[in-house]
Amino acid sequence: MKKTRQPFDPGHFKVGVLALQGSFREHLAVLKRIGVEVVEIRLPEQIQDLDGIIIPGGESTTIGKLAVDFDLLNPLREFGGKKAIWGTCAGAIMLSKDAHRNQPLLGLMDITVDRNAFGRQIASFETELDIPALDIISSAPSSFPGIFIRAPLITAVEGEAEILANLPDGRIVAARQGHLLATAFHPELTDDDRVHRYFLHLIQEKRAS
Amino acid sequence: MESQVSTFTTKKGLAQMLKGGVIMDVVTAEHAKIAEEAGAVAVMALERVPADIRADGGVARMSDPELITEIMKRVSIPVMAKVRIGHFVEAQILESLEVDYIDESEVLTPADVAHHINKHVFKTPFVCGCRNLGEALRRIGEGAAMIRTKGEAGTGDVVEAVRHARTVFREIQQLCNMPEEELMTFAKNIEAPYELVKETRQLGKLPVVNFAAGGIATPADAALMMQLGVDGVFVGSGIFKSGNPAKRGAAIVKAVTHFDNPEILAEVSRNLGEAMVGRNVTDLADNERLAERGW
Repeated sequence: MKKTRQPFDPGHFKVGVLALQGSFREHLAVLKRIGVEVVEIRLPEQIQDLDGIIIPGGESTTIGKLAVDFDLLNPLREFGGKKAIWGTCAGAIMLSKDAHRNQPLLGLMDITVDRNAFGRQIASFETELDIPALDIISSAPSSFPGIFIRAPLITAVEGEAEILANLPDGRIVAARQGHLLATAFHPELTDDDRVHRYFLHLIQEKRAS
Repeated sequence: MESQVSTFTTKKGLAQMLKGGVIMDVVTAEHAKIAEEAGAVAVMALERVPADIRADGGVARMSDPELITEIMKRVSIPVMAKVRIGHFVEAQILESLEVDYIDESEVLTPADVAHHINKHVFKTPFVCGCRNLGEALRRIGEGAAMIRTKGEAGTGDVVEAVRHARTVFREIQQLCNMPEEELMTFAKNIEAPYELVKETRQLGKLPVVNFAAGGIATPADAALMMQLGVDGVFVGSGIFKSGNPAKRGAAIVKAVTHFDNPEILAEVSRNLGEAMVGRNVTDLADNERLAERGW
């Protein structure tokens, strides 16, 4: 596991993970390991007293449908207007304003995504990513293990949104817009917790503002 | 570092993304669309659902590539397809079609009575069935990146799915509680690779995602399997052999998400129409038991 600086006490954070479908247990495990209090979100009333929410990887059509069926879209939108949300893969698609397809989205970030942008499963890959923003929370900057599974790409970053990471060929795989974070890859499948800590940093920043 | 395409991490990773979801058997592109709209995380493309394979008899083989390709074109979710046990050429064909997962399945007629496919040499990930921990770890040893307990496909009777899931979990619990010096004999007795036995003990669970399959026909069946501890469910004949596939499919999807919430389970179970007719597993002749296939 990577050694990281502790700029704040993770025990002071309560983070919810959307647990409708997908890799929510993996996110919960990383958060628990760094000492964050966690909540599984399946119903709107579970979005209470949270400092931040993670939308995990999974199938965005399934997560979107269940979010509609259990009246979670508007509560998530309202939450994202005030507090931090991070989406990984399917979660990043949910945060976007446009996925070139008719499916329920939160539309919180000024980003456009292209689903399954690398092709089918056979094209899924691992690569090292350079993410300069992580220098804030790590004393020893190094590349981050990017795991891309039937992954989306961020094809446009507009307005307040900014790019956090690119592939070597320049294609965009992570973006931030204030306290909102989108990654096309899966930090929850690695034992490197720096992106999770970076998300806590966004929560902290939002609190202080 | 160079990018590495199709590693064991990405193969296993896709199954992790399917967790908490329902994988539905479909026999037409139209079914596939209904399944996607019902909230399926993936579809299994095949010519006949297991209940029909049972009824028709004869040799059951890989489906027509034309049908699989049509289904792949129609939906954005992952598409899986089945090959016969040991039939590595059917698997090569499915890999060339770029299906997202290959199911080396006992539901089709086995092509090899002694060996399964060497799944390590494929870029496409494989899911395989098991009845117990030893069988699961042999398949993982051969390269499977996802496991499903077999149950008894095409019956609509959940009893074997429960038996197989309970067996796997009980054996993992025994493994975790035994003294270190008993591991080698345990590995020998369950006929599993020693290294994977050690890894399972260390993790306290299978090293890959584990779904339930075979006989799940209602939202309650799906929630039962989830409460027993599986990561998700395959529903074969249970959806498209029922009176209202779209409604039943959507209900099973909700039941898997809210598997421990009886009020929601009651709500989604209302007015689903006819369930598949079903056959009691106890009425099956020995040669009709598909779960026995696998070595």
